[in-house]
Amino acid sequence: MMVAGMLQWYGIFIVLLFVVGLYCIITTTNLIRLLIGIEILIKAVTLLFALAGWLTGNTALSQVLIITLIVVEVVIMVVAGGLIVNVYRHTKSIESRGIKNLKG
Amino acid sequence: MDIVNIFLLALLLIAAVWTVMRTRLIRAVIGLAVVSVLVAVLVFQMGSPIAAVFELSVCAGLISVIFFTTISFTRRLSYEQAVERRKERLGRFGYLPFVLLILGLLMLKYPLPQPMIMLHDTPVIGESLRVVFWDIRQIDLLGQVAILLAGAIGVIVLFKEIRK
Repeated sequence: MMVAGMLQWYGIFIVLLFVVGLYCIITTTNLIRLLIGIEILIKAVTLLFALAGWLTGNTALSQVLIITLIVVEVVIMVVAGGLIVNVYRHTKSIESRGIKNLKG
Repeated sequence: MDIVNIFLLALLLIAAVWTVMRTRLIRAVIGLAVVSVLVAVLVFQMGSPIAAVFELSVCAGLISVIFFTTISFTRRLSYEQAVERRKERLGRFGYLPFVLLILGLLMLKYPLPQPMIMLHDTPVIGESLRVVFWDIRQIDLLGQVAILLAGAIGVIVLFKEIRK
């Protein structure tokens, strides 16, 4: 059984991981790095799900939710990757500053 | 075991910061794979082995491949551009370790509220993963299938060559 002190450590590191992802998303203009920031945010959420499952003793439900999250994550990454490749083909840049219109 | 877990959590945070602060995207993606591996180990230690296997194989493997493929379509920075970017990035991301340090110290000083559910009184729901996955959360499965189909169609549309 997890002691409260350990829970505190997990809470702190999960929040800090979330802050790293958020900081990356806010400060970057590179589209691939934006995806990396989203990935780090999802990692923090995955850890939070696993922690919740461990705390409540219901690891089966938490594992199912994590698997669903991973499936959604992969699809987001694939589609976003395709979008970035298309943006690069049109603008020759992967900087978000370069995207000024939605012309095809 | 507690010391090991805290060490792994610290390593995870360092790997995440390293990933975010790298100039070269390839190195950032390798850092992200390391983050995924560490998350998989932590999830395994929290009693979720199947989720850990998924995390390891899909997030550390497949998503890294997707990132490498996307990066391979783009142009590599020249040495001068990389140096310029590194300086620019240092200006933006140089504050991150300090922000994390201050936030971490604040959270140590003012602890997060403990969960409402008391750990020892929690009723352990005994369903196995198989029962939850196939019987209780069937709608989730349908959602996953729909999302995968949407993703497949999206990839076909996005990577379609434009005929002139």
